Amino acid sequence: MNVRVSGTQPVNIEQDVVLARQLARKLAQDCGMRLIDLTKLVTAVSELARNTMTYGGGGVMDWQIIEDGMRTGVRLTFRDEGPGIPDLKLAMTDGWTSGGGLGLGLTGAKRLVDDFDLETAPGAGTRVMICKWT
Amino acid sequence: MAALHQRTVNLLKKSDVELAVRWMADLEASGSTRNLKVDDIKQQMAEFLRLLNAIANDGGSQTVGSAQGDEVRQFLEKLSQQRALVGQDAQQTAYFIFSLKGPLFALLQTEYSDDASLLAEQLWELSQLLDTLGMHTIRTYQKSREAVIKRQQEELLELSTPVVKLWDGVLALPMIGTLDSQRTQVVMESLLQRIVDTGSEIAIIDITGVPTVDTLVAQHLLKTVTAIRLMGADCIISGVRPQIAQTIVHLGLDLQGVVTKANLADALALALRRLGVTVAKASV
Amino acid sequence: MERIPILQMGDFLLVTIQVDMHDQLALTLQDDLSERISQISARGVLIDISALDMVDSFIGRMIGMISGLSRIMDAETVLVGMQPAVAITLVELGMTLPGVSTALNVERGMTLLRARAASQ
Repeated sequence: MNVRVSGTQPVNIEQDVVLARQLARKLAQDCGMRLIDLTKLVTAVSELARNTMTYGGGGVMDWQIIEDGMRTGVRLTFRDEGPGIPDLKLAMTDGWTSGGGLGLGLTGAKRLVDDFDLETAPGAGTRVMICKWT
Repeated sequence: MAALHQRTVNLLKKSDVELAVRWMADLEASGSTRNLKVDDIKQQMAEFLRLLNAIANDGGSQTVGSAQGDEVRQFLEKLSQQRALVGQDAQQTAYFIFSLKGPLFALLQTEYSDDASLLAEQLWELSQLLDTLGMHTIRTYQKSREAVIKRQQEELLELSTPVVKLWDGVLALPMIGTLDSQRTQVVMESLLQRIVDTGSEIAIIDITGVPTVDTLVAQHLLKTVTAIRLMGADCIISGVRPQIAQTIVHLGLDLQGVVTKANLADALALALRRLGVTVAKASV
Repeated sequence: MERIPILQMGDFLLVTIQVDMHDQLALTLQDDLSERISQISARGVLIDISALDMVDSFIGRMIGMISGLSRIMDAETVLVGMQPAVAITLVELGMTLPGVSTALNVERGMTLLRARAASQ
């Protein structure tokens, strides 16, 4: 695994969510990602950035373009020092279709990307890592 | 840890011409300059030597992967692409890099003739550097080839699954052969795009030519139908043979109200009815 | 203050979403829309999303709310112009937009609304 480029940007206000989407779009385009995969990635980013802002009390998005042998990918990590998610099972309940769960859009985001990792605990903040390969 | 000596770096800097001559001789002797213009090769050699000097100055093989190595990596990527287009394979392309070892080693031998252990050390460092660069060349060469093949595959997929306009507002997608995940996706996207481009309200997906339908295939089909409906058009699936109908029931698949027809003709008739189009025979 | 323009087309209202939506803008739109619907006794609302290359849950909820709002005020909502990549992504997410009719474009959307209005 090789990191080609990387960076971080804040996710605190509405405008940051827009910027996060725009950056994700640009990174995906730089990798030559197909439109449909790009759209899925940007949608997932919108969900997670919004979560970080709304429930995490603000945080950051770490971004990387990574290379693993033949393939290239965009990896993003959303971090916050917020209250954390108390009930992971509930959080991962489909908030999309049933209207239940915590409506965090986490399961939705998970379905749109290739790799998904969530670390959270009450009082310990939240860290969500997603990766989409070309 | 050993590193490239300043002495070596200086030696490289002032030996450009000498290296170029021996390197070119080597390349010509091996026949790897066939199909290539001499001027192009000379230009590439000069550029590579310049970049080699720069990377040697900046730390050698360790720096290739970092930001300082950006320029040389980009050069190698361009080289791979150019050589691939001309028809050289990965080995021939990388040979361009590896063949520089000979002249370089000869150069170092003369310079460090007084110190065997220093010579060995510097030879090793230079070898590592060239190996790293050569490997990168091979990797990018293969990547470009993969990209070309992928593009050709997609073009082939589109060609083998054309979207046809049956009538104003009615598109048909005859699927032939086995449906796999990759194929269905590409085809799905082109169908959806055509729907938007032509403003067609009805899409007929004909699966007469599909031998088997399993859960996965059915799921893909359903996703396509749902997407079509979300966009504001509708879909009819035709060519549902008895065996396929049985499989669908057997697997307990829910078609969610998608209309199915036994053949394309029936599907077209239905589509026209929906659009309020009637077909009448001209009186003789 | 920034607001999304609402166009009147006969008995119907057309809302074209082009900019990045945010909370305030969405709330303002809902306020403006309910006022206009009531003002002209609109029979239908067309939401044009042909300029959107992404629809997330926030926008999805907003569309759902506009749809619910309109229905309460006796107007139908039709969503038009969804891009293929968006449609595929929504399907992947399992988002079905219940209670929202869709059409390929504004013209088709109007035809649909007129047909519905006439049949009532």
